[in-house]
Amino acid sequence: MGHLSYEEGKKVVFKGLILLGVITLIEVFIALIGKGYVIHGFHLPVWLMYILMIGFSLYKAYFIVYEFMHMRYEVPGLVRSVLLPTMLLIWAMIAFFSEGTTWLHWRAKTNDRPISSFESSIQHGKGDLPKEAGNDESHMSMPAETHSDTMKHDTTSHTLPETH
Amino acid sequence: MATDHSIDTHTASSSSTWSGANEPFKASYGKLMMWYFLLSDAFTFSAFLIAYGTLRFSMPTWPVPDFVFSSLPGGIHHMPLVFVTIMTFVLIVSSVTMVRAVQEGHRENRKGVVFWMFLTILGGLTFLGCQAWEWTTLIKGENMTIKQNPFGTHTENGIYLEGDGHDIKEGDSFMKGQSYIIHAHDGHFKPLKFKTESGEIKEQTLGPKAFGALFFCITGFHGFHVFSGVVFLLIIMLNVASGIYAKRNNGYEMVEKIGLYWHFVDLVWVFVFLVFYLL
Repeated sequence: MGHLSYEEGKKVVFKGLILLGVITLIEVFIALIGKGYVIHGFHLPVWLMYILMIGFSLYKAYFIVYEFMHMRYEVPGLVRSVLLPTMLLIWAMIAFFSEGTTWLHWRAKTNDRPISSFESSIQHGKGDLPKEAGNDESHMSMPAETHSDTMKHDTTSHTLPETH
Repeated sequence: MATDHSIDTHTASSSSTWSGANEPFKASYGKLMMWYFLLSDAFTFSAFLIAYGTLRFSMPTWPVPDFVFSSLPGGIHHMPLVFVTIMTFVLIVSSVTMVRAVQEGHRENRKGVVFWMFLTILGGLTFLGCQAWEWTTLIKGENMTIKQNPFGTHTENGIYLEGDGHDIKEGDSFMKGQSYIIHAHDGHFKPLKFKTESGEIKEQTLGPKAFGALFFCITGFHGFHVFSGVVFLLIIMLNVASGIYAKRNNGYEMVEKIGLYWHFVDLVWVFVFLVFYLL
């Protein structure tokens, strides 16, 4: 309960307001300067931005739980029983994010080989597939390498004469 | 003998700790259960956010947040992340006023509790208002729904062959990785034609579909937490004002419990803000 005096408690509140506000501003500043909004043509490396922003957010979370929610003043058993289970999320993130990366590769393969290729391959044989269907069905943009790969076969009707 | 004796004292002390009629965690039942509810809620939100991450990892391109969230009330555009930063401040301030309410509760100061809880409720309502505006802009103005996402990203360099009457003019060039929004006319999206560096004519494509569903479900679920938090705060504030908790003489523990919930809502926003708007 009240482990701090009233005056001390008020100080923590004021400190928290300033701290959380300033950290949020820093995070937004990193996001904007890192992507070249503040200084034209200046970018931060993506990994550095991610580490900084995730680090600051974790610190904000720590401050909210420990100071505002008074976790600092609870007995160790309560703290462990609430905080330790969240460690399971580390595995959840590793497992799901690597799964997502695998899906990315599958998508690249499926976009490269449209459904109609089955019918076409019966008629024309493999090798020169008309890859029109890939354009029609894909509502998401394809990865760059898939594009360059499809381009060679695709869009003969669309290609303009080279201007330069 | 000595060992027997020590075992006896050990069992005696452990039965006094765990056999009931006291609080091993030095917290009341209600407060403890609030913590475990929040733990389970944290897992729900984590599942949502991890799903977002998984789908984002699985897509070759993803909408860029500082392009998507760049409008302000009053028809102001191209102010990336400003509005959502204001929303974050509103929530931080309402969290701070909640801490003050709990402190006044410990002093058994009824008027102080009501005053600070009232400010907290105002903060919650302001946040909800901001979110309503943000959703309206995305749905009405930019035609994002849970099934469609007009925010795309270019995968190669090129030049536009037509303008959209907003920001893009015919002849504008763009770089690989640049964001665009496809505007709709009469209920239909009008993707612009462009010419790539290799001279091909192509059309803009809509962005990853999942983005809309993830955005509305996750910020909606958080907004629902804010809304129910406001309702509970209101009920408890009225109870405080009527003097129910003063009779209990337990330092306004009910205010402390709803305080835990309210800080948790702020805590979740820290991560929603990180995942949706910063990364």
